[in-house]
Amino acid sequence: MTVEVDPSPQFQEYAHPEKLVSGEWLQAHLGDPGLVVVESDEDVLLYETGHIPGAVKIDWHTDLNDPVIRDYIQGPAFAKLLGDRGISRDTTVVIYGDKSNWWAAYALWVFTLFGHPDVRLLDGGRARWEADGRPYTTEASTPSPVEYPVIERNDAPIRAFKEDVLAHLGNPLIDVRSPEEYTGERTHMPAYPEEGALRGGHIPSAQSVPWAKAAAEDGTFRALNELNTIYREGAGLKDGDKVIAYCRIGERSSHTWFVLTYLLGFKGVRNYDGSWTEWGSVVRVPIVKGFEPGAVPTL
Amino acid sequence: MTGQQLPEQFAQIREDFLALDLRERLQLLLEFSNELPELPERYRDHPDLFERVVECQSPVFIFLEVDDAERVHMYATAPKEAPTTRGFASIIAQGLEGLTPEEVFAVPEDYPHSLGLTEAVSPLRIRGMTGLLHRAKRQIRERIAA
Repeated sequence: MTVEVDPSPQFQEYAHPEKLVSGEWLQAHLGDPGLVVVESDEDVLLYETGHIPGAVKIDWHTDLNDPVIRDYIQGPAFAKLLGDRGISRDTTVVIYGDKSNWWAAYALWVFTLFGHPDVRLLDGGRARWEADGRPYTTEASTPSPVEYPVIERNDAPIRAFKEDVLAHLGNPLIDVRSPEEYTGERTHMPAYPEEGALRGGHIPSAQSVPWAKAAAEDGTFRALNELNTIYREGAGLKDGDKVIAYCRIGERSSHTWFVLTYLLGFKGVRNYDGSWTEWGSVVRVPIVKGFEPGAVPTL
Repeated sequence: MTGQQLPEQFAQIREDFLALDLRERLQLLLEFSNELPELPERYRDHPDLFERVVECQSPVFIFLEVDDAERVHMYATAPKEAPTTRGFASIIAQGLEGLTPEEVFAVPEDYPHSLGLTEAVSPLRIRGMTGLLHRAKRQIRERIAA
């Protein structure tokens, strides 16, 4: 850790309190050497309308996705991206964004594929920062480029591919999409028709826990006891479970991956980023429609 | 009718975007976003008239009007937290302002892809603007058929 962790008492109940910072902490540490703040949003222009002073922008479409094949960028591109943003391997990175940090969690997950040692989320993202009346600026950030090493991405610990999911059946799966997508009534998220699939429904045995249940009204994460109620009592997760979370392209499930891994302390949680846009279009994979999770298929 | 003749306003908008580099194109999109006018008084309390453009990731609602002089006007609302969507709506609204229905129908469906924004905002997002244009044309057809 280059920069001290936020000692706020509200984070101490989580398994990894060092992964979160509060607005109060961040405002007090803006400009600290060794700290870079990154904004990552669904709306590609939101940063330009005003951002946390000194923050740099990383966009999931245009920066983190490979422009040709369906994958994330490789080590050299990641090194250039981060180096250009003034981030070196020992930099403490705090990410925040719109929509309860949905996309910020996705960016954090991609940073984790590259094993960036210290990357945290601003609890509550843009919404809470604004609600607290904290400052924004439209002044462009001009980071001095630094060297970031070329790191080979290590997908296996936190990323699941379709074959991994097939081999995982019988272990817990969490479907974080809307109920309409889970039941198969819709093949895409309400208002995202372009990210559809050919069939509707869910992966057999997956429990439905829409991602936003983990976020409170102000965009911050819910308290530990509420999260336990949702994921342990509600979805039946137990200590020692290996969990795979999925959604439509892996962004909403990054949020759930963050919650399960860093707040609840589950080990070996993976995000299936192929998600429903892959599963719902693949020939002959098993699918269940309706509200019931369905039985584990024998393959 | 001269077939697929791009109306002057749309051509000018495209020229303005293409003259800029990628980063500046985003700034221009933000300017469009900021220029999206408030709804005129007479439409403010009529959410029933407005159609949701579901191709956009954020809630945007549009209403097309064809006035007595057979000229088209588009009104749109979108939240300030969705500047990209606002920008898209503003481009379409400014592009078709005051055109005749026939002139609007002549705007190619792939016009949004020709602005040089695809790389700046991603192909997935640009489809929102395609949806806006498509729905705008459909509403105009409905108005003149009515």
